[in-house]
Amino acid sequence: MHSKKNTILIADNLSIGYCSKEGINYIAKDLNIHLEKGKLVCLLGKNGVGKSTLLRTLSKTQPKLGGDIYLESENLSQISPLSLAKKMGLVLTEKIPESELTVFELVALGRQPYTNWLGKLSAEDHKKITNAMQQVHISALSEKKNYELSDGQLQKVMIARALAQDTDIIILDEPTAHLDMHHKIKIFKLLQELTRKTNKTILLSSHEVNTVLQVADELWIMTDGSFTSGSVEELLKTDHLETLFSSDQIEFDKELKQFNLKKIRT
Amino acid sequence: MVFVGLINIHLGSVNIPTKEITNILSGRGSEIESWNYIVLNYRVPKAITAVLVGSGLAISGLLMQTLFRNPLAGPFVLGISSGASLGVAGLILGVSIFSESISSIALSSWSISIASSIGSFVVLLAVLVAARKIKNTMSILIIGLMFGSISGAIINVLSYFSKAEQLQQFVFWSFGSLGNLNWDELTVFGGVLFLGFLLLIPTIKPLNSLLLGENYAKSMGINLKKTRYILLITTSLMTGVITAFSGPIAFIGLAVPHLTKLIFNNSNHKILLPAVAINGAIILLICDAIAQVPTSEHTLPINAITSLFGAPIVIWLLLRKQKKII
Repeated sequence: MHSKKNTILIADNLSIGYCSKEGINYIAKDLNIHLEKGKLVCLLGKNGVGKSTLLRTLSKTQPKLGGDIYLESENLSQISPLSLAKKMGLVLTEKIPESELTVFELVALGRQPYTNWLGKLSAEDHKKITNAMQQVHISALSEKKNYELSDGQLQKVMIARALAQDTDIIILDEPTAHLDMHHKIKIFKLLQELTRKTNKTILLSSHEVNTVLQVADELWIMTDGSFTSGSVEELLKTDHLETLFSSDQIEFDKELKQFNLKKIRT
Repeated sequence: MVFVGLINIHLGSVNIPTKEITNILSGRGSEIESWNYIVLNYRVPKAITAVLVGSGLAISGLLMQTLFRNPLAGPFVLGISSGASLGVAGLILGVSIFSESISSIALSSWSISIASSIGSFVVLLAVLVAARKIKNTMSILIIGLMFGSISGAIINVLSYFSKAEQLQQFVFWSFGSLGNLNWDELTVFGGVLFLGFLLLIPTIKPLNSLLLGENYAKSMGINLKKTRYILLITTSLMTGVITAFSGPIAFIGLAVPHLTKLIFNNSNHKILLPAVAINGAIILLICDAIAQVPTSEHTLPINAITSLFGAPIVIWLLLRKQKKII
């Protein structure tokens, strides 16, 4: 099903979850994942099924509980934080703390893995920052303070920061949470455009199933106890999408590629 | 800063004319021997102490605010100064309870600074552990205040059991004073703070990335553990040594970084660190000048002046924050 040639990230029998005093709490076990290069991949699943945990584990933000992760055939646990920062950029759900940072300064922080010990920006850094801001259309906001932005603008700024980091993979955890329909579509279109133009691999988690089905190259579907991946077309041929919400109130319409409320038959 | 420093040197319980001071400072000396002595061995060291204490505390405050991602963090609010007080109280008062003979050796300025550094380090560590478990920033501040209360209570118990002279020594220390250092102590003090400043230069870049929170900092290749350790050690070292030599001085660490951020409208630590240091020095020099009560013979405790100046700023900050949320 997968061509191994083009995979950029592989998870081998990966187990994810949390360690606490009461013992180990597995959220998902023995995941085998291939992330293909240059694709827009969307991770779908119900709340609490472990989407964020998986993304955090794949980005080394939180430790794995078992198995191995390989980034371009290098074992993730052996990659230094600095070289990982040059290969993988993150956009997280968490709010950034209060500060006086301007949009430009915020995007410029993405250049940190490349700057010297004092963080001085070179001409090349400046070029990459300007470029990143142009790609997400926020050049006009450059001198604005981060607290003056709307949620949608701030999300674009955070994406620009990840772009400035100049990595092959960008991982985004629910990039469209808190956004209205208009901005959601804009962000998704933007990410789709980025994979096409820059050949970056973008992995994101989302609850926007109906939109995702229209823009994603590939879907990862997480349910309690199972993990399935494949292109939208492949998955449409199977019944996997129906299993996403095992609820008797939601049904999946294969023709419209949409999840709908089940009609109550009287 | 130089200007404020000169004004500061002018003020004191003995009135010395400007001309004479210029003469003394430029090396020519004054005809009146006691004026010479007062300026060179009392007022100049005091002004230098004010500069060191002010900049050190202000920098500690800035580091705490970035590390805890909390605008209200500071060495005093988080109980770190109280921890240092506890260390000193344990030494001054505790030693007197146990043995008379070792107290003279134990009470050197060295052991006091070590005791207060340890005290501040312990509290800072405790607050940090609490901060990792509790995400709510207000709770962390309350925990810091509680640590302060606990330290205060232990100090009370210790004072109850200790002798009057030791108690007096401790009470005077806790008023805060910038004028108790001779040139030798000043060299040690300055040396330690300089070491602290040096340790901070490589953390400027990680500090900037911490403005986005720890997870983002990590994703940008920052060695979080190392940065956190450097920041904790330098802060407790600086706060500890400052508190040891000059007593607990409130609010400089909290208020100065805010004033600086307000003036410079910037979050970049490359600019903020030196700016905060200079502002801290200037403000403490001014506070000290006020404490002298110009044209009178009295000298007020410096701690009272900084509180009078700093507490309203904290209240104002909280009010302003409230407005932002609404």
